[in-house]
Parts: sequence; C-alpha cells; structure tokens
Amino acid sequence: MTINGKAYVVGAYEHPTRKAPDKSVAQLHAESARGTLLDAGLTKEDIDGYFCATDAPGLGPLSMVDYMGLKVRHVDSTETGGSSYVVHVAHAAQAIAMGKCNVALITLAGRPRSEGSSGTQARNYGAAAPDVAFEFPYGMATANGYAMVARRHMYEFGTTSEQLAWIKVAASQHAQYNEHAILRNVVTVEDVMESPMIADPLRRLDCCVVSDGGGALIVARPEIAKQLKRPLVKILGAGEAPKNQNGGKVDLTTCAAALSGPAAFAEAGVKPSEIQYASIYDSFTITVLMQLEDLGFCKKGEGGKFVADGNLISGSGKLPFNTDGGGLCNNHPANRGGMTKVIEAVRQLRGEAHPKVQVPNCTLALAQGMGGNLGSRHASGTLIMERQ
Amino acid sequence: MNTTAQRTIPAPLRNSENEPYFAAAEEGKLLVGKCSDCSEYHFYPRTICPHCNSDSVEWLPSNGKGVIYSFSTMRRGVPVPYTIAYVTLDEGVSMMTNIVNADPDSLNIGDKVEVVFEPTEDGTPLPMFQPLSG
Repeated sequence: MTINGKAYVVGAYEHPTRKAPDKSVAQLHAESARGTLLDAGLTKEDIDGYFCATDAPGLGPLSMVDYMGLKVRHVDSTETGGSSYVVHVAHAAQAIAMGKCNVALITLAGRPRSEGSSGTQARNYGAAAPDVAFEFPYGMATANGYAMVARRHMYEFGTTSEQLAWIKVAASQHAQYNEHAILRNVVTVEDVMESPMIADPLRRLDCCVVSDGGGALIVARPEIAKQLKRPLVKILGAGEAPKNQNGGKVDLTTCAAALSGPAAFAEAGVKPSEIQYASIYDSFTITVLMQLEDLGFCKKGEGGKFVADGNLISGSGKLPFNTDGGGLCNNHPANRGGMTKVIEAVRQLRGEAHPKVQVPNCTLALAQGMGGNLGSRHASGTLIMERQ
Repeated sequence: MNTTAQRTIPAPLRNSENEPYFAAAEEGKLLVGKCSDCSEYHFYPRTICPHCNSDSVEWLPSNGKGVIYSFSTMRRGVPVPYTIAYVTLDEGVSMMTNIVNADPDSLNIGDKVEVVFEPTEDGTPLPMFQPLSG
C-alpha cells in the first residue's frame, strides 16, 4: 500500500504574527485553522480528521477538538518535535487512504518569543526522560548540540564556517521579499562571520529566529481536492525516521534524513536531481547542510561545496530552498519549523510564492523536517509533492 | 581557566534506575553498561541492553580515559561559558559531558582526556573530563 496519489494538500496557511503576547496558544491554533479553511474553500463541518503535536495545549487533540468545535472521527497526535507536521501530512494521507477520514486538519502554534525562549537554555524534558540525568546537568541546550554536529562535520570533511554562512545568505536573499519575515535585511558571508559566537562554531547568524505564530494545513481525498478551486498539490511519497546516540555509538555526521529521504523518494518514484524546490528545516545552518547530504542532493561530506556561492538562491542557484526566508530569517513558530516548510513548498507548487523567488513552472517539491536535536536524538520527516 | 568553578551545575535527576550510577560517582567511579550476552558496552547505563535487549547487564567502572569526539563552548546567553562535549571512552562508547580545567580555545577533537568529578548543586558529583596530564 502506498500514499502516492491518495491525498492532496488543499489548504495551507501561515499565521502572519511573529509576536503575539496578547493571544493564547489555543487561539493561535484556531486562527491558523480558520485561515487554512478559508484558503482551501472548505468549512469546519468538512473536517473529519485532526492532527496536532504537543504544542497543542491541554490534552492535545481532545482539548483542541473541543475548543474549535470540530466533529471528527480520526485524531493523531504524533510527536517528533519540529518535524511533526511533515509527518502529520504523511499520516493524514495514510488515514485517508485507509478510509479513516476524508479531510484532515493539521495545526501548530506557539509563543516562544513572548515567553522568552532561547536556544541557549539547557533543555529539561522532565525527570521521567531517561536521558535527562545524563545530559541536562551538562548544559545540553539546542545551540550547543547542533554546534557539536557542526564541529564534527568540519573535522571529518573540512567544512568551513564560510560555507555554512552561505546558507544564511541564501535565506536572507529570499526573506527580503517576505513582508512578514523577522529578518529582512540581506546579509553577506562576512556579516555572518562577524556576528557574535553563540556556541562555537555556530554564530548568531547561523541560528534561526525565535517567533510566535502558527500555521495549519488541510489534506483531503482526491475527489474532494478536485472539487475545490485551488491548484492541485498531490502527495507522492513520504518517509519518517528517528536517530539517536545508539547506546553510546555516537555518530553525529549522519542524520535520520538518510533513512526518511530514500523512503520518500522510493514511494514518490523520483530522484533528488528532479526536485525543483526544497524546503529544508533550518534551525541552524548546519541542519540544512546535514539534510541536503543525507537526502542525496550531494555526496556525504560535500555539503559545504554544494551550498557555497549562492547555490540555494532562487533564480541563480541549482536548488532553490526556503524561499520564504525559512526559520533562519522568516519564522520558526513554537520553535518548530516543519509546518512552515510544508506551507512554502505548497506555495511554490501553486505558483503562489513571491514573484521574486517563485521557481518557474514548479511541479515537483520536497519538504523536509527535523525535530529534536541533531546532537542527541532527533526525528526526520520527508515529504514529496507534485503540482498536478 | 576553570570555568566550572563559577558555574552552578544542576543536580542530576536521580531515580531508582540510575541511582547506582550516581552512588558510584560519589565513590569516584564512572560506570558504563556492559551486556553479559552480546558483550557490547553501552552508555548511558540501562538495565536492559539497548543493543540486544538482554537483561543480563552489568554496570562496570570505566578506566575514566578517552578522547574528545566533539565539543562546543556556549559563549552567549549563559552566566558563565562552559564546554559541552562527547567523549569516546576507552571502552568504545561516547558520553555527553563537560570539559573542565582547560582553555576552551586550546581544545581539539581527538584530545586525550581523563575523568574528574565536579560537585553539582545538591552535592552529587558529576563525571566531567579534563586534558590528560603528562
């Protein structure tokens, strides 16, 4: 059984806020849901499946289904960190293919900016998490976990900070056209190199923004998608995989995209070289480089060369990425970037990206999510979609 | 430069499963898991082997020596800079830790290090690593 052709993304909405001190998280979920319903041309009554992760307050889908007044026959609260929403699209397609629902709503929202969240704070997932006693006291945060990946990659393959900086440069080239982006100034490699060191070798401009906000998607059965007045975005394939410390056999230079990527490409029946646009999770510059290698856009160890000299910039580079400005410049709502990765890929396939960054005749796109921490345990979600 | 001297280190969250590890730390020992069935070491120590699922697991003292696998010094957003690292122990497993009693700018992947126990907020000692002397 496959999800190839069994479901379409019919609604995609990115909440325009980047700072929402006066809104509740539930409210941001509901506003995002309302936005995606308007985008799709559907009503609340059409929704019969609901998907969310632990950014949804209370008892996840139970609290949100109640709050939004949904009447659903299928719920899924799969939690894989920031990649959750990429995985939710795949799970929604599976549920539709299995006849468990016809129209699935996926929502995300959070207010880390208003709540003062920072990637330099040590993360404590609670006493019951078996790893916490062995990691939290050492100050394992988000930034220094990814920094250890970057340093090891530099050691094994000769990757340079200047090469990583090109990823931010490309994101900033795109963000200048996004009126909602937090960082709209175009930056140079020198600007990145001169920004303050946060967790070496990662500098401030190697890091994503912290933003409030949200987003929502609707996935629907083909017969329903074809009745709507929106461009058709068909789901071709998906993959998901976790990776961790493997009982102490730590290997930081390969991530779980090496597993989720081949699964998605096989199900979709396409090759990396055929992808015209890629949304690549960009919590940090190194996150992008690792996933590009592990998805097969270049060989392992050659990511530095691949991203250099503007190769990710729409219009001039070979692989246009994150044309909304990504998490690096635009938006990283709830510290979880998987939702916005799918949304911008849908915009590209619909031809609704900003004209300055729209990939001409974009018919094949990839959305790649990464959750957790590449420095300890993480989960990858890969999604391949086609304009029909 | 001893960066941990001024840094408040949170106490580890001890529970019934990890208690022997921290009890051993109080005696100056660093324990690693070793499976009696598949003979593989693992870290952090567990009661069931993460490699072969056997419940015949021993927690044995490491010789406390290893090499730096990777590291990063947090320089912003924290009261005192500190260096997080993975150290690959002589037993073959890598553990998350801090590098102390060293100038962070002088560290390199592959450097030889040895365990040293640093007190946390509640006094529980935590295994950290310093450059191998001599």
